[in-house]
Amino acid sequence: MDIFGIFVSAIFVNNIVLAQYLGNCPYLGCSKEKGVALGMGGAVIFVTLLATLFTWLMQKFVLDPYGLGYLQTIIFIVVIAALVQFVEMFLKKAVPPLYAALGIFLPLITTNCAVMGVAILVQREGYDLLEGLVWGLAYGLGFTLALLLMAGIRERLDTCRLPKVMAGTPIALIMAGLMSLAFMGFKGMG
Amino acid sequence: MVFVSILSLFALGLVASIILAVASHVFYVKEDPRVEAVMEALPGANCGGCGFAGCEGYANAVVNDPAIPANKCCAGGADVSIAVGELTGKTVAEAEPLYALRRCAKRDGNVALRYNYQGMPSCAAAALLRGGTEVCAHSCLGFGDCVQVCPFGAMEIHDGMVHVNRNKCTGCGTCVSACPRGILELTPQRARVAVYCNTRDKLRAVSDVCGVGCIKCTKCVKTCPAKAISLKDNRITIDPGLCLSFGPSCEEACAKGCPRGILRYANVRPTAPADATVTTAEQQPQTQA
Repeated sequence: MDIFGIFVSAIFVNNIVLAQYLGNCPYLGCSKEKGVALGMGGAVIFVTLLATLFTWLMQKFVLDPYGLGYLQTIIFIVVIAALVQFVEMFLKKAVPPLYAALGIFLPLITTNCAVMGVAILVQREGYDLLEGLVWGLAYGLGFTLALLLMAGIRERLDTCRLPKVMAGTPIALIMAGLMSLAFMGFKGMG
Repeated sequence: MVFVSILSLFALGLVASIILAVASHVFYVKEDPRVEAVMEALPGANCGGCGFAGCEGYANAVVNDPAIPANKCCAGGADVSIAVGELTGKTVAEAEPLYALRRCAKRDGNVALRYNYQGMPSCAAAALLRGGTEVCAHSCLGFGDCVQVCPFGAMEIHDGMVHVNRNKCTGCGTCVSACPRGILELTPQRARVAVYCNTRDKLRAVSDVCGVGCIKCTKCVKTCPAKAISLKDNRITIDPGLCLSFGPSCEEACAKGCPRGILRYANVRPTAPADATVTTAEQQPQTQA
C-alpha cells in the first residue's frame, strides 16, 4: 500500500477513536473545549510518533531476534511508559514552551490504549519503519480530528437546553455513537 | 521460558529505570521553593477569587511576576496577604475586604408569584421558565444556586431569599457567577450605602410588581455630592471608591432622599457574633414591613 493510502486510511477509514474504539477515555474526558482538545491531540500525535519509532526498533532488534514476541504487550507498555516519562523531563528542561502546552497531557497518555494500540497495530500490519511512522502520525491526526469535532459539538451543546438526565456524559456518549456511525460511511474505501 | 521472560523484563525495567534516574538528574529543573511556600500560606480553597486558576496559579504568578500584588487572596484576608508579602518580598497594601451583596428586597416589596413552580430546585432552571417564578424578572429566586457553590458556607436561604453572612463571606465572588440573574454583587465591607434592588426596568414596570423596587428616578444620582452614583446598564451603580473617599460629611443624602427606600445604609457590620446571618441594615425594614 502506498504511503498516501496509509495516511488517508488511518485518519478516516480506520479512525482510531471512531472505527477502532481506542482511546475513548481522553476522547470523552478532554473534549469539552476546543483548546483542551487541540492540546491533547498535539500530545497524542507527538507521543504516537515517538512510541511507534521506539517500539518498532524494539520489535525489530530485540523481540524478533530473541524470539520474545509473546512478551510484546508488556514490553511495549514498559517502553512507552518510560519513554513518555523521559520525554516529559526532557521537554521541561529543553523546550519549556512546548512543555507548558503539552505538559499536563503527557502523564495522561503514559499508558493510553490509543498509543499502545498504534504500536501494536503497526507490528500486526507488518509495516516498515517509514510506513509505521506515517501510520502513527496519521492515527494521531485522526485522534485529534475526532477530539476536535467532538469538542465543537459539545461546545454547541452547552448552550442548548437539554433534559437534565441527558446533560453531560449521556449526550456525549450518544454523540460519540452517532459520529462513529457517520465514520462507518468510509468503510470499504481503504 | 519463564526465566527468560522474567529476566528479559527485569533487564528492560532496569535499563529503563537507570535511564530515567540519569535523566532526572541531567534534566533537573530547579523549581522556585518560594512557590511551594506561598502555596502553603494560601488557604487552598481554589476559589479563584484572585483571578487565577486556583491557588497554584496565583502562587506561581505572585512569585514570578513582580507586577502581581501580594494581597490578591481575598479568602485568606490580611494574614495571608502579609505572609505572601513576606515570602515574595512585596509590600502589602491591605486588601479591601469585600462581601457579596444581595441586590434584592422582594419581601419588602411584596413581589407576587407568577406561577407555582414545581420543577427542579435550581435558580438556573427556574429562571429559564417563562422569566422566572416571580412577577419581577430581576428578583432573587431563592433556590440557592449560590449557596451550593459558596466554598465558605457563608450563604443561607431564609424565606425564599438568600442571606449572606458578612462575617463568613470572604468576597471571593464564586456566587456572583452562579447567580443566573446577577443579583449578587461584590461590595466593600466598609460601603456605607447600597442599592438593594437589581431591576433593569423603569417606573411603572417596576412599581407594578414590587413595592420598593428601584424605579430609576435618579434622585440619588443628582443628590450625591461625590458623584459616586450613576445609572449604568439600567441599574443604579455606586462607585465605592468615590463614596468612601468623600467621607460621611454628605450624611448619606442618597439614602435619605430615596423615595422607594431601596437605597439603604449598609455600613452597620455586626462585629461581635460570628454567626449572625443578616446585617442589621437589612433587618430593620423587614421587621417594619
